[in-house]
Amino acid sequence: MKASVIVFPGSNCDRDVAVSLEAAMGKKPAMVWHGDADVPQSDLIVLPGGFSYGDYLRSGAMAAHSPIMRDVVAKAKKGTPVLGICNGFHLLTETGLLPGVLMRNASLKFICKDVLLKVERVDTDFTRGYSEGQVITIPVAHHDGNYFTDDDTLNRLEGENRIAFRYCDKAGATGGDANPNGSQRNIAGLYNETGTVLGLMPHPERLADPALGGTDGMPMFASLVEALH
Amino acid sequence: MKARIKITLKEGVLDPQGKAIGNALGALGFEGVGNVRQGKYIEVDLDDTDRASAGKTVEAMCEQLLANMVIENYSFELEDA
Repeated sequence: MKASVIVFPGSNCDRDVAVSLEAAMGKKPAMVWHGDADVPQSDLIVLPGGFSYGDYLRSGAMAAHSPIMRDVVAKAKKGTPVLGICNGFHLLTETGLLPGVLMRNASLKFICKDVLLKVERVDTDFTRGYSEGQVITIPVAHHDGNYFTDDDTLNRLEGENRIAFRYCDKAGATGGDANPNGSQRNIAGLYNETGTVLGLMPHPERLADPALGGTDGMPMFASLVEALH
Repeated sequence: MKARIKITLKEGVLDPQGKAIGNALGALGFEGVGNVRQGKYIEVDLDDTDRASAGKTVEAMCEQLLANMVIENYSFELEDA
């Protein structure tokens, strides 16, 4: 399996996700600079977390128009799997690969903590290593993670089974304090129509090694390697 | 030509920052403060001297980059340099 991690000015989780990918794949991913025109032939493209272009204008707005993104969007539309984590999720919404927008957290605070997520689907290349309805612990670290779109789109996303992860409590329920940032319908991650593009606010690469205090992020990378090797 | 562009949140989109500003105004003793909404203001200098074509350019700028049309509206004024 060949993976490429896109590096923008202000990315800060690019090396973390490269470590997780290398642990799962047994080789290093390509690190691709945002100013390049083409992504090398890859089985997986990762848009990492961070603060691309300092979050100027809106999170992800400037990076969405960087030269490399034209090729990322073209390849995603042809079926190359794309994983967007945190700021990568912002980029996926800003480029229109995923619907909606991630607004300022309802609390207005930057939230950096472990959260519980319910795995909504296990039939994709990203999540086949999890079990259906499994509750996993993954950290979030964001100021703009409050998922918003109109009701028609929300209903369509539910109907098309495109919600990947929801913020939940230990029992997998979504009420009460389970929602850290005000996201509509507790949405923490979303798929595109074909289930080949995943955007999520939580950081699976931050709990993907026992030394980090948890391994609930590991099955995502293992799933991708198993599916795309 | 100078474009003065205002980007505002659409009706119905929650604006927690506007709400926090409203609360702060109340805490400072300002009375009669209703709904507060926060937006962005952007000035762009353009070489174009034709109002019609400059207007079209600014519309395209707003829709492609300056505003996120999922949650924001834009309006602008053009001013001769």
